[in-house]
Amino acid sequence: MKRGSRTASLLPKPECDLTIDAPSIFFPRAPFPTRGDFVRQIITATIVAACLTAAACDRETRAVRAPTTANGVSGPVSPTSLRAGGGLALPPVDPRAPLYDGNAYQISEGQRYYEWFNCSGCHAHGGGDVGPALMDDEWRYGGAITQIRASIAEGRPNGMPSFSDKIPDEQLWQIAAYVRSMGGEADKLAASSRDDHMRATPPNNQAKPGPEHGDATAARLGAAR
Amino acid sequence: MTARLTSIEEEADLRARLERTWASPRGLRGVLTAVDHKIIGRRYVVTGMVFFFLAGVLALLMRAQLARPESGLIGPDRYNQIFSMHGTTMMFLFAVPIMEAVAVYLVPLMCGARNISFPRLNAYGYWVYLFGGAMIWIAFLMNVGPETGWFSYVPLAGPEFSPGKRTDFWAQMITFTEVAALVVAVQLVAMILKQRAPGMTLSRMPLFLWAMLVTSFMVIFAMPAVMLASSFLISDRLIGTQFYNPAEGGDPLLWQHLFWFFGHPEVYIIFLPALGMVSHIVTTFSRRTILAYPAMVLALLANGFLAFGLWVHHMFATGLPRLGNSFYTSASIMIAIPSGLQIFAWIATIWDGKPRFRTPLLFVIGFIIIFVLGGLTGVMLAAVPLDLQVHDTYFVVAHFHYVLIGGAVFPLFGAIYFWFPKATGRLLSERLGAWNFWTFFVGFNVTFFPMHLLGLIGMPRRIYTYKAGLGWDLWNLIASLGSVLIAVSMVVFVVNLVISLRRGQVAGDNPWEASGLEWATSSPPPSYNFLYTPVVTGREPLWEGEGVLPVMGGVGVDQRQALCTTIVEAEPDVRQPSAGPTLWPLLAAVATTGLFIGSIFHEWALVWGAIPLAATLVGWFWPPGPTRRQAARAALAEEGT
Amino acid sequence: MIRRSLVACGPWLLVWLLAGCAGAQSALDPAGDQAARTESLWTLMLWICGVMYLLVLLFLAASIWRARRRLAGPPLSQGQASPAERPLLRALTGWVGLTVAGLLVLTVGSFVVDRQLAQAEAGQALRVKVTANQWWWKVEYEDPVANRRFITANELHLPVDRPARIELEAGDVIHSFWVPNLGGKQDLIPGRTNHLTLTPRRMGLFRGQCAEFCGLQHANMALDVTVESPSAFTAWSEHQRQPARAPSDPRLARGRDVFVGAACASCHAVGGQTAMGQVGPDLTHLASRRSLAAGARPYSRGALAGWLADPQSLKPGNHMPYVATNPDELNALVDYLDSLK
Repeated sequence: MKRGSRTASLLPKPECDLTIDAPSIFFPRAPFPTRGDFVRQIITATIVAACLTAAACDRETRAVRAPTTANGVSGPVSPTSLRAGGGLALPPVDPRAPLYDGNAYQISEGQRYYEWFNCSGCHAHGGGDVGPALMDDEWRYGGAITQIRASIAEGRPNGMPSFSDKIPDEQLWQIAAYVRSMGGEADKLAASSRDDHMRATPPNNQAKPGPEHGDATAARLGAAR
Repeated sequence: MTARLTSIEEEADLRARLERTWASPRGLRGVLTAVDHKIIGRRYVVTGMVFFFLAGVLALLMRAQLARPESGLIGPDRYNQIFSMHGTTMMFLFAVPIMEAVAVYLVPLMCGARNISFPRLNAYGYWVYLFGGAMIWIAFLMNVGPETGWFSYVPLAGPEFSPGKRTDFWAQMITFTEVAALVVAVQLVAMILKQRAPGMTLSRMPLFLWAMLVTSFMVIFAMPAVMLASSFLISDRLIGTQFYNPAEGGDPLLWQHLFWFFGHPEVYIIFLPALGMVSHIVTTFSRRTILAYPAMVLALLANGFLAFGLWVHHMFATGLPRLGNSFYTSASIMIAIPSGLQIFAWIATIWDGKPRFRTPLLFVIGFIIIFVLGGLTGVMLAAVPLDLQVHDTYFVVAHFHYVLIGGAVFPLFGAIYFWFPKATGRLLSERLGAWNFWTFFVGFNVTFFPMHLLGLIGMPRRIYTYKAGLGWDLWNLIASLGSVLIAVSMVVFVVNLVISLRRGQVAGDNPWEASGLEWATSSPPPSYNFLYTPVVTGREPLWEGEGVLPVMGGVGVDQRQALCTTIVEAEPDVRQPSAGPTLWPLLAAVATTGLFIGSIFHEWALVWGAIPLAATLVGWFWPPGPTRRQAARAALAEEGT
Repeated sequence: MIRRSLVACGPWLLVWLLAGCAGAQSALDPAGDQAARTESLWTLMLWICGVMYLLVLLFLAASIWRARRRLAGPPLSQGQASPAERPLLRALTGWVGLTVAGLLVLTVGSFVVDRQLAQAEAGQALRVKVTANQWWWKVEYEDPVANRRFITANELHLPVDRPARIELEAGDVIHSFWVPNLGGKQDLIPGRTNHLTLTPRRMGLFRGQCAEFCGLQHANMALDVTVESPSAFTAWSEHQRQPARAPSDPRLARGRDVFVGAACASCHAVGGQTAMGQVGPDLTHLASRRSLAAGARPYSRGALAGWLADPQSLKPGNHMPYVATNPDELNALVDYLDSLK
């Protein structure tokens, strides 16, 4: 290694005082960003942000009040025409269904009211006790959210009481959404894995989904149970 | 005339060859493949400041909501997201990364080296940080932003009480930023220990290098705790493990211990680099080496060690045994001693020096006034009985803003004013700088001083509204007005930056007549930083030897080479190749991003996402082809010369 | 320049001192032993820290002032010693010593007060158990005799001069129990039972508030605390032990029927009636409370009617469902609940 000393000006002088070796991260035309570049970048960023906000995730909305139907009235769903062992009616269409089915907040509220209204008294935490299991893929009266809601509201033969007087309308939807998630029918991303209680079942968002609508199953089961 | 290493013609040839070796490609290719620490450092600083301003806008929204009682401006869900994003952005996307950014830019220059120790890793770390920050902000805009605070206590952040994917995005953002922090920490430790200029013994090392060395070790020891905590949280939420479920043998306090074991050192990780910056600014503008240098170094080390023994002071109200609490009271009070020592030493340096009150020194004075008050409220909070009254109230909010803004942001602004001329070749306007400082100082105190009282008269933290008639109305209004003044200060700052970039006074190589090695090269430095390797004979290299800096040659010119020196005495040791521009770090960062984001949604992404990552790492580490010298020799042989 | 800012800080301090530190939710207005001891520690801290701060500011001001008469000259590097070096190093040592001494005083002060707080748990303490839920407080008064225990919600009555040992549990997430006028806070953590002892010394109406972020309505989770004379407390307790007043006329009976028949009784309990829901606040003596919905509104018939008509308007995100009733049913229900004094 050579050692030596130099006069004061050891400072290497590049060709131009003002160059930066590589362009700045915003691709300006001039060596330095101009005011026009900044304005353009800010406008672009604002447009992008607005688009992202508009594309907001429906799964994550927290609607604390029950949404109303299209005609502005929030009311009970008309009873299903489905009968055990009976015909192959399609599940009724209700515009409120997508607001609850697959919405993380509504499913979580449903889990809370499932405990509060003592559904676990007969159905345990989905495994079934006196009442049938809710976490399997067999739905006697249909597994669509409108059908589950109707089952809770109207009651069903062999011991399922009618809860339309006891459970408010919005909570019926929320519990139905939760019941669907127990069976693995709901959007996996919306269901939560577990609650903070003792648990011996696999996580809800790991459950395997079954057939979408219960019509075929009900027809198959008939009066088997 | 003293001897020269080379003649003037040879020097021009040397510069051209070095430029050819070290220049980064231009255009889009340059942006994506650059490994020059100055380019990455500049980007890093700009990105960090953008996050600072974004989080500042969120703070303005919060203050707008809290200006009046029961204001209906922002509802509870949105407000919860806003304060969570504000804290998360400030702590994870601004405070730590910006300090690392400044270090990435300055440390190789202060070491007299040509580039940072692991150039490709440096690029990778920046991209991972950028993608992680972008992820959480895109999530926020799409209504999937965090909503449980920047430290996300369980069970509130657990699967039952925090439905959806919001908290998962937050937890995974931690993984991104902590990988980026570890990347920089590892490079800085290697660089500061093994690649300093010859003659820069440990006792001649600038205090900023000491600060970054201690900070980097702290990062290495603290980050794994939060990685563990956030991984447990994601695991609980995604696949139903029971880490934080008391009904199945888990414990919510496990989260608090793991998080705060990281969280307390984290604030010192933010604070220590600022202390290094302050030392440089005080030295330069007092034209005097720092008083009691050995004590200053020991103070930095003490801060680094003690910071790991304090974390339970965040948990005094959780019902832990009293004797344990007392231990943490003592430790938390004790850490005030090194800081007190440093404050005295800086003031004494100004006292004994020949101070010139330029903008950087103004910010240092602001730092002293604000940070010491914050430190004293910290001593108050260390006492358990007092903490039990003011924990989780606006008193704590006031305390940590005083220590973080006073202790880190003010020195950071001073550092920006100080080193901006070096990085860009232009000086920032002194007049606008003074306006910036004063509006910031006054606005900050008007905003945060009343919060001490608010906490004492009962206002808890993280409330989106409050009842009228509790005596909080006036102070909240004052605080909100102060926040407007801070916003004005930031506008002045940005205007100063924009104007000075184009029309600022041209800075020479050393406009402040400072003493560090980074001032021994042009402003901005060329791609190769220094023409020759500087040799250091004292603590203030440019003030020693009547302005003549000894240098040495021997490091390769036609291929990228770095010089390694011994750890303590900094004698030249080996030369080793330094990596050139390459796309692999960006590709690896993209693969890492895919892996992390995928694992938010599905656990198998951990497996499938590892495959592209492995592929990019294979590409990255593939042995290099023939060196340019061999290629040049081959070319020469072909031409028959 | 800097001195101007120091002078500017003065008025703030003055305003602060003169401003009302008193209040129903203020740690600076102690009404109990624990808060009083903490406040004396605060005063000690304020003085010592204030003196230290002043010394730092004076030193800083002096060094800036001194700069006015400095001459230009070469910068001072490592090898050169300034004449003031040794005195300054001695002053540094003195400063560190002073800091250590001051901090030692504060540490000892903290330990002393901490021990005093720990020893406050005396024998004849009133025993209360508080369970925090999102976003209300369940308050149970314990008694060795089982049928003398009673449950209320969102309110705490304490007899003056008698320690109250409060057991703290959480029903869902972490909350924090804090009544600043009486003492410091303790967290309520699921899976853990914490304790807090408060000894009120002054009668009055105070307010507590949850101090650990617990979700959407953390801001509206307050607690009404009444400190009263022992005889008043005994009278209140006896009244709380009584079952709910039975409906005295057909309108109130109708209201009771609506309550029991609709969703209300699934979550709420009214003592002595068939409603025995456990997941919501106990409503046995609802109308005797100072506020509604954990401090969201002062109690009044109108506030109650508004709450029942739309719970989400007062506390958006709270877990009380909207129970649909027609206006007549709603009025009867409100009458009934308003009669539960």
